[in-house]
Amino acid sequence: MGDKTMILNIGPQHPATHGVLRIQIELDGEVIVNAKPIVGYLHTGIEKTMESKTYTQALTMTDRMDYLAPMSNNLVYVMAVEKLMQVDVPLRAQYLRVILTELTRINSHLVWLGTHATDIGAMTLFLYCFREREKILKIYEFVSGVRMMSSYFRVGGLAKDVPVGFDKRIKEILDIMPNKINEYEDLLTENRIWKNRTVGVGKISGEEAIKSGLSGPLLRGSGVNWDIRKANPYSCYDHFEFDVPLGKNGDTYDRYKCRIEEMRQSLRIIRQALEGLPEGPYITEDRKIAPPPKEEVLKGMEQLIHHFKIWVDGFCPPEGDVYHSIESPKGEIGCYLVSDGTKRPYRVHFRPPSFVNISALNKLAKGRMISDLIAIIGSVDIVLGEIDR
Amino acid sequence: MLPEQLKSQIEKDCADDIESSAIYRGDVKFYVRKDRLIELCRYLRDNQNLGFNFLSMITAADYLDKREKRFEIIYSLYSIPYHHRVMLKIRISENEEVPSLTCLWDTADWQEREVYDMFGIKFTGHPNLRRILMDDDWVGYPQRKDFPLTYELPEFSHNRGNVQIRPTNPERN
Repeated sequence: MGDKTMILNIGPQHPATHGVLRIQIELDGEVIVNAKPIVGYLHTGIEKTMESKTYTQALTMTDRMDYLAPMSNNLVYVMAVEKLMQVDVPLRAQYLRVILTELTRINSHLVWLGTHATDIGAMTLFLYCFREREKILKIYEFVSGVRMMSSYFRVGGLAKDVPVGFDKRIKEILDIMPNKINEYEDLLTENRIWKNRTVGVGKISGEEAIKSGLSGPLLRGSGVNWDIRKANPYSCYDHFEFDVPLGKNGDTYDRYKCRIEEMRQSLRIIRQALEGLPEGPYITEDRKIAPPPKEEVLKGMEQLIHHFKIWVDGFCPPEGDVYHSIESPKGEIGCYLVSDGTKRPYRVHFRPPSFVNISALNKLAKGRMISDLIAIIGSVDIVLGEIDR
Repeated sequence: MLPEQLKSQIEKDCADDIESSAIYRGDVKFYVRKDRLIELCRYLRDNQNLGFNFLSMITAADYLDKREKRFEIIYSLYSIPYHHRVMLKIRISENEEVPSLTCLWDTADWQEREVYDMFGIKFTGHPNLRRILMDDDWVGYPQRKDFPLTYELPEFSHNRGNVQIRPTNPERN
């Protein structure tokens, strides 16, 4: 710390930090010399707790990391277990997973947009975004019974088939959302205040972004074309047509544009997946992994044994370790899983996109004004539950 | 590039740096010699045909009583131009240090700090190796297998003297 600078502490309790993030900034007048994010206030030991749960129980912990995108967290975890156990997931389950994770992407981006705009002063948008988000949460509730911590995916497929009327509800979203997204854009995209606050703020070049491990819209805003859905397609993403929106300047405005366009692309994917949604089982028929249907349990001895074994013991993946990653709304979320052949995971580690993205905060904020810092934190799009786990 | 091609090419190019290699469930894995880690990573990053420019993840696992060398550090490298991935691993015993990758990727900073915080593994050459998720004065490393999962028993008048108090940092307060 030099003679001229002063230290200012923002957070952990501060509305613009989107949770319990603390930032220690060194200021020269109003210019940021150094911004140091301090995390850990929400550390609950999710990875450690998962080691003492069975594979199915541990799934419920994953919702609690990035609570704005629970389905993406579920997906990366179940896919890691499926990779380890070499389970074939039925096509219907894969399509439904795509529909729901893309809804999750819209859900997460809506919260980001609402809070980001509020931080900068566009209050109206917050209510608009949360109005639409509630419709998506209603769908979560409709399929899984829970608004936020849905835990709807299972190793091998889904917890149950979607209820009758699912497609009607999704169509409703598909009908209203494009107009709503236009509405948000009308309010912001060409808005002079919005542009003043975001264009050129928090710039990062593509090369620096890669070096800092940034992923998701942050990386694509800097013009690096990397979307895991396209690069290494999982869960049938290669069946759908969609574009990967890219930015040029790597500033807050470009990231905003990327995310807005991503919502449109998500709607495009959902539309295709819903049209092509195949009939069939919603979970694998391997009885060592998924329990048999209840009617069969009441009739057959073998089915009863399977039912009993699944609910008492769960399943034991073979010894080994895998890493699997998917494109979550915030970037690359990865799951590193070690099994020692028992029914509980030996070690689970998540590569949390928010954790890695916020670590580059100093690069984005250096040399900017303190008011820009708020816009930058908003554009990084963090969830502290995921950073601290 | 197919996993098999990738494996054989890296095996051919960096035979000195690698102890053993395997493909498991489509993941290409290498056990790397600890003292050759930085050279290997630099080669993988800068080679035009491999292009592993993205350090995706650093983590560790504790194999207490299961293996001779207790810890394993896992690095996941990804190639954005070619869309392939490798996993690098190092086996170390307790109190052994690992070279830090902060000289190659800035993202290694926080991820190595997390490994240090959770496992107590030290990274040589790391500029700021402090705890990140736990308190600065926390004693113990939570992700180690010998760190208890359950909460501590609070001391009351009826069990005074029988409760084992977790040691705290003497420098606290």
